[in-house]
Amino acid sequence: MLRLPAFTFHQPETIEEAVALLATDPAHTRVVAGGTDLFPNMKRRHQGAESVVSLRGIDALHGITESKDGSVIIGATTTLDAITRDEQIQQKYPSLVTAVASISSPVLRNAGTIGGNLCLDTRCTYYNQNEEWRRSIDYCMKEQGDICWVAPSSPRCWAVSSGDSVPMLCALGAEITLVSSEGERTLPLAELFRDDGIDYLSKRPDEILTTIRIPSPSGARTGFWKLRRRGSIDFGVLSVAVSGWCNGNTTDRIEIWLGSVGSTPVRCTASIAALIGKPLDDETIAAAAALARKSAGANPLGNTDFVPQWRGKMIEKYVEAVLREVAGLPRQRMVPRHGSEKWPS
Amino acid sequence: MSQQSTTRTLRVNGEPQQVAFAVHHSLLEVLREELGLTGTKHGCELGECGTCTVLIDGKPVLSCLELAAECEGRSIETVEGMMQGNQLHPLQSCFADLGAAQCGYCTPGILLAAQALLAENDSPTRDQIVEALSGNLCRCTGYHKILEAIEWAAARLRGDDQYQPPNSAIYGDPVPGKQAKDV
Amino acid sequence: MSDAVHPDDEEGPVTSDQLRLIGTPFRRVDGRAKVTGQTRFADDLSFPRMVHMKLVRSTVPHANIVSIDTSKASAMAGVVGLLTGESMPDPFGILPVSQDEHALCIDKVRFVGDPVVAVAALTEDQAHEAALAVEVEYQPLETIATVEEAIATPEPRIHDYGDEGNLHKKLSMEFGDVDAGFEEADQIFEDVMYFEGNTHLPMEQHATVALTEETDRITVYSSTQTPHYLHRSLAKVLGLPAARIRVIACPNGGGFGGKSDPFNHEICAAKMALTLGRPVKICLTREEVFYCHRGRHPVLMKIRTGVKKDGTLTAQHLQTALDGGAYGSYGVASTYYTGALQTVTYDLPKYRFESIRAFTNKPPCGPKRGHGTPQPRFAFEVHLDKIAHQLAIDPAQLRLQQLVAADSVTSNWLKVGSMGLGKCIEAVVEGSGWNQRHGKMPEGRGLGLACGSYLSGAGLPIYWNHMPQSGVQLQLDRSGGVALFCGETEIGQGSDSVIAAITAEILGIDLKDIRLCVADTDLTPVDLGSYSSRVTLMAGNAAIEAAERARTLVARGAAKKLDVPARELVFAEGRVFHGENPEHGLSFQEAVIEAESRFGTLGTTGSYTPPRSPGRYRGAGVGPSPAYSYSAAVVEAEVDPATGIYRIEHVWMAHDVGKCINPALVMGQIEGSVYMGLGEAMMEEQVFRRLPKKRSGALVHKHPSMLEYKSPTFAEMPPVTSYIIEDPDPNGPFGAKEVGQGPLLPMMPAVANAIFDAVGVRVDQVPIAPHMIRQAIEAREKGKPGRFGPKSFPEIEFGVPLKVPTPAEGGDGKATNVDDAGVRSGTGTMTERKDAVKGEN
Repeated sequence: MLRLPAFTFHQPETIEEAVALLATDPAHTRVVAGGTDLFPNMKRRHQGAESVVSLRGIDALHGITESKDGSVIIGATTTLDAITRDEQIQQKYPSLVTAVASISSPVLRNAGTIGGNLCLDTRCTYYNQNEEWRRSIDYCMKEQGDICWVAPSSPRCWAVSSGDSVPMLCALGAEITLVSSEGERTLPLAELFRDDGIDYLSKRPDEILTTIRIPSPSGARTGFWKLRRRGSIDFGVLSVAVSGWCNGNTTDRIEIWLGSVGSTPVRCTASIAALIGKPLDDETIAAAAALARKSAGANPLGNTDFVPQWRGKMIEKYVEAVLREVAGLPRQRMVPRHGSEKWPS
Repeated sequence: MSQQSTTRTLRVNGEPQQVAFAVHHSLLEVLREELGLTGTKHGCELGECGTCTVLIDGKPVLSCLELAAECEGRSIETVEGMMQGNQLHPLQSCFADLGAAQCGYCTPGILLAAQALLAENDSPTRDQIVEALSGNLCRCTGYHKILEAIEWAAARLRGDDQYQPPNSAIYGDPVPGKQAKDV
Repeated sequence: MSDAVHPDDEEGPVTSDQLRLIGTPFRRVDGRAKVTGQTRFADDLSFPRMVHMKLVRSTVPHANIVSIDTSKASAMAGVVGLLTGESMPDPFGILPVSQDEHALCIDKVRFVGDPVVAVAALTEDQAHEAALAVEVEYQPLETIATVEEAIATPEPRIHDYGDEGNLHKKLSMEFGDVDAGFEEADQIFEDVMYFEGNTHLPMEQHATVALTEETDRITVYSSTQTPHYLHRSLAKVLGLPAARIRVIACPNGGGFGGKSDPFNHEICAAKMALTLGRPVKICLTREEVFYCHRGRHPVLMKIRTGVKKDGTLTAQHLQTALDGGAYGSYGVASTYYTGALQTVTYDLPKYRFESIRAFTNKPPCGPKRGHGTPQPRFAFEVHLDKIAHQLAIDPAQLRLQQLVAADSVTSNWLKVGSMGLGKCIEAVVEGSGWNQRHGKMPEGRGLGLACGSYLSGAGLPIYWNHMPQSGVQLQLDRSGGVALFCGETEIGQGSDSVIAAITAEILGIDLKDIRLCVADTDLTPVDLGSYSSRVTLMAGNAAIEAAERARTLVARGAAKKLDVPARELVFAEGRVFHGENPEHGLSFQEAVIEAESRFGTLGTTGSYTPPRSPGRYRGAGVGPSPAYSYSAAVVEAEVDPATGIYRIEHVWMAHDVGKCINPALVMGQIEGSVYMGLGEAMMEEQVFRRLPKKRSGALVHKHPSMLEYKSPTFAEMPPVTSYIIEDPDPNGPFGAKEVGQGPLLPMMPAVANAIFDAVGVRVDQVPIAPHMIRQAIEAREKGKPGRFGPKSFPEIEFGVPLKVPTPAEGGDGKATNVDDAGVRSGTGTMTERKDAVKGEN
């Protein structure tokens, strides 16, 4: 049986206690909420910790509340399952429910949390392996080694940002709050991420992600599609999230985000620019979708499931499919969305 | 590094049990190795297969990723707690009768995930069962018998004693042409 | 005191035509244990003072071991024992011709995962920490990753035996005048196809617990499908008399062939227990299960078939190249199996088969569900689909018009008994609406048909001997209970239920009155193991013999009491009564008391040895079976031409099982085979990754995990319509044939054929990933052939084939050119080779 290495364990009941515990030795302490990312990583020994601080016992960190301005605030340790079942979220952000419901499997979502999904360690098939396996390749630069085996001449790590809720929450314009013993700060979710497989978060080790605030959708039309091999369990190898605001026939504002195509969530800026002020129709959508493939940061490499060239081509197909769904156009092709959903006949 | 141990009272299958263990041990390890409840199995210990599923406060969770130290005060249910007296739970009995357990290794986890589903929805559709169990891998059955057993058990739990699993689940589908000749 | 013998005493009662249990669904005998958590798998066992063992495995793919430093590890907390290879110098292996494994590598490692050191500690945590602290220095050797590299790199050799260089096995055989056969053809079709390797992925990770009873007596519990073969290997390596080793196979949490070899960890656990004098447990991690492997060989195939205008096959030339991995395992048999069963479905009057198996620096391949036959079956069935398309003959019709006849002998001398393939094809054609829909649906929707056949047990044992292949022993006493002893192993397939039901049927008693004791080499008669779909037929026949003998004894006891001739007694519903006057009878218990009073302690045995096969040529040992099962499938696929993403919408599967012992369990095997076949068709692959050679010598399993080795979930499983076809075979118990493996075979080609029907392109390899379909469509759009697949088969000098005239040519089953054919009589210096060669002959 693969087991956890030994650590000391803390179960604080308040945020203050938690950040104080974290402040003593942030380099060797890790916070855990659901355990569905950290514990596998610790068992495989590519993430280590002498001390683990559980956020589960902190009541202030879970739950979903609505603000007066119509925005919704989600506590970071709210389980993914609780989010998919929440009526407010279902009503206001149906595509967020789709995205969150696509994370791993139902049994994992009963433990996994939204904060954990946002802070999910970047993934790579050269890295997410047991200690003994990584010894066989002499490790990689993300942990103990010198080389990125996906792109050996590259100076950087190309591990993949794989949180399926990330592109959707970015498209919805979410903000997050980080708390440390020195205080708290609020920033747009998109600013949490960095385009580097190792240093992939702007969150400091002594900070705890406490809340996610999603602005009122105010009439946005949204869509989310994810590509993966199986209808459950698998991480995405491409996810597309769209949130669009139309005025009559034309697009006032639109956000198109990709997940799992690089070390950071990718905003399709050229596609967005191509659609502003235009109607969402067959032609504009096809043109915007073609631009998506070239978005900065969208760089599928050979460190996930499926061959990278094909994943790259799928960006266009999937962006087109989601935009068509948002525009209310009929599906052109029979791309399945999720494993258990039947294709249209 | 030295081990930190703890003594906690875990409520397993309705019975409080005081148990000492190292804090880094998972619920899976403590159930199997400290409490002798080996009915809970393991297939990867990384949250990738669903084999170690148990119920915590009625929800199916992966016991390989759950620290036992965090389970105090929560209600833990394992396959050993499913029987009612000397009688099988309807899910158990339907699984046994239909052959929904072949090697039986994924069965405890699937039974518990199914129990949680039926507690919430007494008449799930086929798609709802598929979705609820999609994190539990099975290599023997091809899943159909499991689906049919859960539908049968759901009917029995609803008090529908008339319900019978489809004949095709047991005898196969009627061979085309054959019936006309044989009957 | 001796009783007077009734004139009719010596004849037993006649089996009633009316079966009460056989053919009806009943709860499997282990059903309750499996749904309550009572079933004790190997890792569920624990014993006082038990310690935990871990293996230190090679981190390099091919190297000489320079030094092993265990000093740090041995000083660590809790460590109680360390073993290295010198303590177990004798080699072992499943086949007598391939005794090429060591419990721990001694001077050389051959793949990443090859075990080098065993560490035991008080806890598994401690054993793992200590294992990580063992330091092994390696001197790297050139690595071989593929068959092509093995051909091109005869030196350095991975093993110092084998047919040549790094080719473990090379064979060439010809049945009939194949050139003449091709002459008769109007057209010759040729395809090159590839079947990627995949693995069993049983949910249970292999585990073993060993404990000593005396200084030289040991019991080994293990998740093994073959306790008898493990027993032999333990005796060999431990140097203990077999009588002092007891192997108990725990119920397996899935096997599929993956627990059929004796494994390093089993032998090391036993050795460690003997060394420490305390119980030792090892349970492999999921990653290690991928290293044990013994799964489906990757096979590259070239298939060439002569066909007349009307679709009649005149000759076939099949070449296969197997990537065997680092050890022999069952590989020699696997090699033969990639050719042996091509002949049992459609008339193939002339047939030539050539094959190589290469050693590569990867985990060893071996037997997985269908053992060696799914790969050529895939090639053949896709090839036939292309032939049918070209000749504008319906693919179902093409097959139906040339089925092998029942009770016939094939060109390669396999004796076919019952043959229900025609009925299978007709059922799936009718059920799927094939005639109305195949080739007639809108783009993106398609139907594909394919067939298959499999053994109901291999005709010959793995090592040459004249003893039975299965045995059953019954013990009856005044309680009315029957204890049934059999060496068979329950791996989930329901073998316990099969032998119990057969015994209960014949003795007319309730299943609950039978107490089973199985898979225990001390207590149960030898059964060779749960592999090659042999248990229902072989243990079933042994059970019939033992039960009929017991029934005769009991009948003789009852006959005297009832004053009725024994042969007129009926055994049913827990009673023994006069057939003409059912009121006149005894309870079964009373009848046993009469028999026990008369004969003393009651016990009977039964055994089974398969009939001899007509083939007399070298290699004829692989392929014969007492009975062949048949299957046909139609698969419906929906394919998106823009992306290549596809979904299987429906499967129709018909399987000729001869006779159902328990239809519910037969259905389970059919559905399970459909599932596993879909996994192999769509996503499952055991593949490897080499790092850039100038930077690293690494050659590693690409994804040894449940997450990245893709096995279908509930969400991928389509509706399945299953037809059970019963064409009883006289060799099967009550006519039963196998069902555990056969229905897997048609799935992969049926999926490929359905994709062709949907979008008009061919993917000539499995698993079929969306990008392959998309690439084939793009090729077609550019005016190239709409195909994705391997381009060529390597040039290999196979030499003069072993020539065996066919039955139609008046042959006698022997080869005509043993002396000048390139037949290799031996492959090195293995000790048991002589015996094994006899076995192959």
